Amino acid sequence: MQISIQEKLSILADSAKYDVSCSSSGGKRKNEGKGLGNAEGMGICHSYTEDGRCVSLLKILLTNFCIFDCAYCVSRKSNDVKRAAFTVQEVVDLTINFYRRNYIEGLFLSSGIFKNADYTMERLVRVAKKLRQEHKFNGYIHLKTIPGASEELVKEAGLYADRLSVNIELPTEQSLQTLAPEKNFTEVLTPMGHIKDQLVLVKEEKKLFKSTPSFAPAGQSTQLIVGATPESDRQILTLADGLYQNFQLKRVYYSGYVPVSADSRLPIISTPPIIRENRLYQADWLVRLYGFGVNELLDEQNPQLDLQIDPKLAWALRNRHLFPLEINTADYEVIVRVPGIGLKSAKKIVAARRFAHLTWEHLRQIGVVIKRAKYFITCGGRSLETREWDEEAIRRRIMYGEKGSRAQLWGSQLDLFQQAS
Amino acid sequence: MHFYTYDGSFEGLLTVVFEAYERKAWPTQIGREGEAPPGIFATHHFVPTDPGKAKRVWDGLGKKLSKAAWENVYKAYLWEQPGFEMLIFQFVQLVFSSAEGGVEENFANRSVQKMAAVGKQMFREKHRMEAFIRFQRTQDGLYVAPISPDFNVLPLVIAHFESRYADQPWLIYDVRRQYGAYYDVERVTLVTLEDAPPGLRKGQLDPAVLTSAEPLYQELWQAYFDHVNIPERKNKKLHLRHMPKRYWKYLTEKKPRGQAHKPIQNKQVPTGVPRLGA
Repeated sequence: MQISIQEKLSILADSAKYDVSCSSSGGKRKNEGKGLGNAEGMGICHSYTEDGRCVSLLKILLTNFCIFDCAYCVSRKSNDVKRAAFTVQEVVDLTINFYRRNYIEGLFLSSGIFKNADYTMERLVRVAKKLRQEHKFNGYIHLKTIPGASEELVKEAGLYADRLSVNIELPTEQSLQTLAPEKNFTEVLTPMGHIKDQLVLVKEEKKLFKSTPSFAPAGQSTQLIVGATPESDRQILTLADGLYQNFQLKRVYYSGYVPVSADSRLPIISTPPIIRENRLYQADWLVRLYGFGVNELLDEQNPQLDLQIDPKLAWALRNRHLFPLEINTADYEVIVRVPGIGLKSAKKIVAARRFAHLTWEHLRQIGVVIKRAKYFITCGGRSLETREWDEEAIRRRIMYGEKGSRAQLWGSQLDLFQQAS
Repeated sequence: MHFYTYDGSFEGLLTVVFEAYERKAWPTQIGREGEAPPGIFATHHFVPTDPGKAKRVWDGLGKKLSKAAWENVYKAYLWEQPGFEMLIFQFVQLVFSSAEGGVEENFANRSVQKMAAVGKQMFREKHRMEAFIRFQRTQDGLYVAPISPDFNVLPLVIAHFESRYADQPWLIYDVRRQYGAYYDVERVTLVTLEDAPPGLRKGQLDPAVLTSAEPLYQELWQAYFDHVNIPERKNKKLHLRHMPKRYWKYLTEKKPRGQAHKPIQNKQVPTGVPRLGA
């Protein structure tokens, strides 16, 4: 039975959407000699889905036929779902025509595993190679590395792709064994190790020979599914931190589990854990960019992130002995730790105080969120608050506003109501 | 009180700055030629554009400012919002009056703050155009996109599209300001086309001029857009914050569809989870 290109696209986009990565930044591919496209500098989100996620790449599976039976996956072998497969040429045509109309930054190609890992990987590589060599395509290409694919194929993939990723999906070996019995940690981590070694090698060689071909210039990333298995936030973030350090990952993505198939090994939930996912991203940011250690944000007593307040505020409330900071003298490294002050505001503060003694009005105009920051800083020795608030009170005032206790009570009841519904 | 007028060009505005310094007569207001003076007591000076004088001001700024802050002065001109001329003048005055460089980082100063805020607005609008422009291919192989940005960012996006689509001819047309940028695979020229493709001046391309494959790719893009959505995660507020409604009219994926694209259903539905759309 012949199926139309539109039906194929529908099936193979629909089953690729649970992979949350959409980044198109970090590429260094320049358009030289009148080719098509460039992927320099920052990424671009060309559209946004109704769930508010960025659409940057044509994110599709080459096929959703799969020999594996991972419980969390919509394309699992035992799932009764429509199957389809693109030809290499179809993917190339779609990519080029979407790119020329400025719909996308490039291609994110993944696949179900048909026949075996190498057979699948070889086809993914063929798409990328064709785009680069026959169409002089300089847009962004993200290829998924199939667990178990040979080192040679991974190496070749890196020559054409800007980014490679291997999804770990489940944060512990035990969970992987329960839900994805055909996979194991070693098989996932081996290609990740190969990619890292190759990244390091090429970087070294580039210092000696400028002509060394690039290898996945936007690095590698992975994804963890959150909420399908019982791991704590602490376990998840510790794993992510280890991956950043040992495998030089650019990003770890967290994907709140969306129930896609019936399986007694999976939890029954009615909505995906979106708030938890958001808190994990915030914590990930604090670790990567703000200089926090995972053990500062979470420990044995507090293994889960607070769902009500963001992890920076939660940390600051547990560490009130470090505050208040005097904004006119404190170091940049500690200013970025103040709730309500982001990286940009911190930089502006440090730049502006060379010219003037900063006041509360200056801070407001620089973009500091005063209602959060004011409990943790002084400006010229002055605090905005005349009385000392305890941890609970600050938390309440930031969450529900500063009006009388009746308004706060109303706010917290409303909150309970929303949580219950 | 001094009211300066100029021809509306960037060079003209820089000439006003030069003349104000020359005459030591600081403007209380600057306006386009023909604009009514702010009051009967204002002295009116019309300043004819002088490229030489403009260049001296521009180069002088270049010596005292970082590249980003320097370019930001031009962006404030393209911002076009009420009072932009005086904002530029006051910022220039601050720059020329401070002995040392780096004054663009004095975020405690009002005009530095305002210039930074304008720069941010311009960056955002430019970035939106780079994202939201949708080309349609005509029968003669030209890729055409109508736009109507909040600010005059077309001059700022040209370089981006020139290097990205180096091998295809394209035309980006600002419907609000009635001018466009046309790339012929060699160079970009600014055009105010009388003979633009039919309908373009109103932002609507006549389907008859489009290549035969165009409707297919538009439909495929709509199908793709609908299928990457995860209905369980619906968040309309976030969607609108990223993609405000005023940008929808040129977005292919926001146009009416020939057919609805419903999420692919599992025939086997997880227990305890309501079937979508049921």
